[in-house]
Amino acid sequence: MSNYIKLIALGLVTLFAMMGINFARDLAYQVHAIIVMLVAGGLFLYTLRRTDEPALAAGGLEHEYFDSVVRAGVIATAFWGVVGFLAGTFIAFQLAFPVLNFDWAQGFANFGRLRPLHTSAVIFAFGGNALLATSFYVVQRTSAARLWGGNLAWFVFWGYQLFIVLAATGYLLGGTQSKEYAEPEWYVDLWLTIVWVAYLAVFLGTLIKRKEPHIYVANWFYLAFIVTVAMLHVVNNLTIPVSIWGSKSVIVWPGVQDAMVQWWYGHNAVGFFLTAGFLGMMYYFIPKQAERPVFSYKLSIIHFWALIFIYIWAGPHHLHYTALPDWASTLGMVFSIVLWMPSWGGMINGLMTLSGAWDKLRTDPVIRMMVISVGFYGMSTFEGPMMSIRAVNSLSHYTDWTIGHVHSGALGWNGMITFGALYFLVPVLWKRERLYSLQMVSWHFWLATIGIVLYAASMWVTGIMEGLMWREVDANGFLVNSFADTVAAKLPMYVVRGLGGVLYVTGAVIMCYNLWMTVRRAPAKEASLSVSVPAE
Amino acid sequence: MSKKSQKFDSDPNTTGHEWDGIEEFDNPMPRWWLWTFYLTIIWGIGYTIAYPAWPMINSATAGVLGWSTRADVAAEIAAVDEANAPVNAKLVETELTEISADADLNSYAVSAGSAVFKTWCAQCHGSGAAGAKGYPNLLDDDWLWGGSVEDIHATVAHGIRNEDSDEARYSEMPAFGRDELLEAEEIDQVVNFVMSLSGEAQDASKVEAGAVLFEDNCSSCHMEDGTGDRAQGAPNLADAIWLYGGDYAALTETVTNSRYGVMPAWNTRLSEAEIRAVSAYVHQLGGGE
Repeated sequence: MSNYIKLIALGLVTLFAMMGINFARDLAYQVHAIIVMLVAGGLFLYTLRRTDEPALAAGGLEHEYFDSVVRAGVIATAFWGVVGFLAGTFIAFQLAFPVLNFDWAQGFANFGRLRPLHTSAVIFAFGGNALLATSFYVVQRTSAARLWGGNLAWFVFWGYQLFIVLAATGYLLGGTQSKEYAEPEWYVDLWLTIVWVAYLAVFLGTLIKRKEPHIYVANWFYLAFIVTVAMLHVVNNLTIPVSIWGSKSVIVWPGVQDAMVQWWYGHNAVGFFLTAGFLGMMYYFIPKQAERPVFSYKLSIIHFWALIFIYIWAGPHHLHYTALPDWASTLGMVFSIVLWMPSWGGMINGLMTLSGAWDKLRTDPVIRMMVISVGFYGMSTFEGPMMSIRAVNSLSHYTDWTIGHVHSGALGWNGMITFGALYFLVPVLWKRERLYSLQMVSWHFWLATIGIVLYAASMWVTGIMEGLMWREVDANGFLVNSFADTVAAKLPMYVVRGLGGVLYVTGAVIMCYNLWMTVRRAPAKEASLSVSVPAE
Repeated sequence: MSKKSQKFDSDPNTTGHEWDGIEEFDNPMPRWWLWTFYLTIIWGIGYTIAYPAWPMINSATAGVLGWSTRADVAAEIAAVDEANAPVNAKLVETELTEISADADLNSYAVSAGSAVFKTWCAQCHGSGAAGAKGYPNLLDDDWLWGGSVEDIHATVAHGIRNEDSDEARYSEMPAFGRDELLEAEEIDQVVNFVMSLSGEAQDASKVEAGAVLFEDNCSSCHMEDGTGDRAQGAPNLADAIWLYGGDYAALTETVTNSRYGVMPAWNTRLSEAEIRAVSAYVHQLGGGE
């Protein structure tokens, strides 16, 4: 019966997409309609062919963990990671050498089109898949329950990949609503909302049927991430489409309110996607890899509630000295500074979990990766509150310092903890004794670390230089430098930044090779880990 | 089943929960962490009392310090304006040609003019004023509309071929090719002749034919010897300086379709003192007459 409903729905979507191709008012919409038609049409045929086959006995798998979707998520994370890092490195060199904005690629591969492709690829494709895969893994292990909802987890995974493809192709073809980190247009937003609600259902459903008496701290963070991102996404993307056959839409928020909603979203994308979600990863993988208990339960509960209560108010610090009223700017700054300690709570819990196991830093490059990621987390969450202070912000705002800050967080914290999680997960998921090569993990660690240092250091130098040049005045109060002077002065630092990116990508490629060889060559493990039994 | 955490005798108690082998110590929160957290909260409350912060029904609390970003920047601008008011007044009153004689005034005008230039002019003329294709170099002594400080002032104030100022400098070269005033063959000849003026000719017979065409069609503006006429903004064609390029292709394009370079009138956006300052600045760059 459900197959018939599915067939009707897929058939209708295919038909609608065909009409979309015909009536499309712009290229992005037309290409998206083609993609949707192919996907829906393909699924229609696939479902049709299997309609008369007997359904697999449901419940037979109930005592086994649902790991195939986690494996797919691990592969997607590694794949999108390399894509996103490559895009970032390329656009870094485009900034240093504008000639790389090739004439033949104008309107597709110039900096303006590739920049959102890079940010979305690393945040949503790489980071998002890492969060999907690890949350599905962690919630099962710490609940001792199989994922709720059967194949709904597969829908979440593939639905999310479709979202990524629609977003990425949209950027290249010019379909964007011009909101930073929320560029995808209205129909892509709607699709992500559906996928996200399914994600929430799978995650919550699994928590509800858990066999452990308590919910582990990692799951609090994952749940906060999923719920808050849903709210942020919906409110920031409230738009009215110009036409059902076109990608353009008009945002409902006017003027400075739009700016405020955008940065309420933008800052909490950092706060809940890149901080809360990844703290969930940290809280599972660090104690597992270190094989030590978490440092302090009390700290975890206090810093969790403090973090999620305070983070949500910090957005206005992105809009200091703009049309935003002063009171909102003050509140954003104050909450950002109060946020300092709640953020550091996670760092303390991560680092102190290693007390009693510090010797592992010498022997285990994976734990080294996780520790340095927590270190970068601590650094960025100090730098952030500092930059939110109005007086500091008047120097740092609009300069490359901001870019450096974001990347020490993204490359250092999000990247490194994800690499650590992948190194942990691949041997477990593919039932291998160990990783193919720890030597390569070490190489990856050093390449990535040096890459980040080059990146962050060059951006501090160029950002502060730029800020000082912009405000430099002569004895009569006249500005000394033109904007182009500051651009010319930045060139050497732009090259250093690009080289940092090259090192970081190289490390990631080595990781992919290492993980691939782990699956292919590393000795298999006998005992199965995939049966869901409560820990105690 | 799952690998459990390692524990030592010296370890504190755990909370007694366990998930997939992970346990949690019952450690207290670090004191320094907690106190720093409290301190930031106390500081935050104080700061929001001092500065505009809490939204009420119709407005927000103004803060006991009475501080505001807009008032702050307005005060800063007013202070600079006030400090510079006497010298600005002097700049406006002084004859343009006399500015350079007064060392103090000249130094002020040049630094003010440099700031104006970098803000408003550098986009087209380059931050070093060396220009680009279609945007004249202001460092050399080749001027389209005159290089005296008065000429420069008039150009800056009213601009060129714009619709904002009735006094904008205006002239229009015919599009000889597009409007079919000359045949393609004739354009080829006249371009050869123009190239010969600056010593880069190729074909003697074309130059000869071109000379006649030039005399008939071009010399009223560019003069018979091709040295141009500043009253009409007609460039000197006999030197090696070209605004749109002096090679065969660029000249053919110019003769065929004409050019129509536009510069805005700045007297709608800048004060008279600023216009005078930037004129003095450009005048002293190297080519001023």
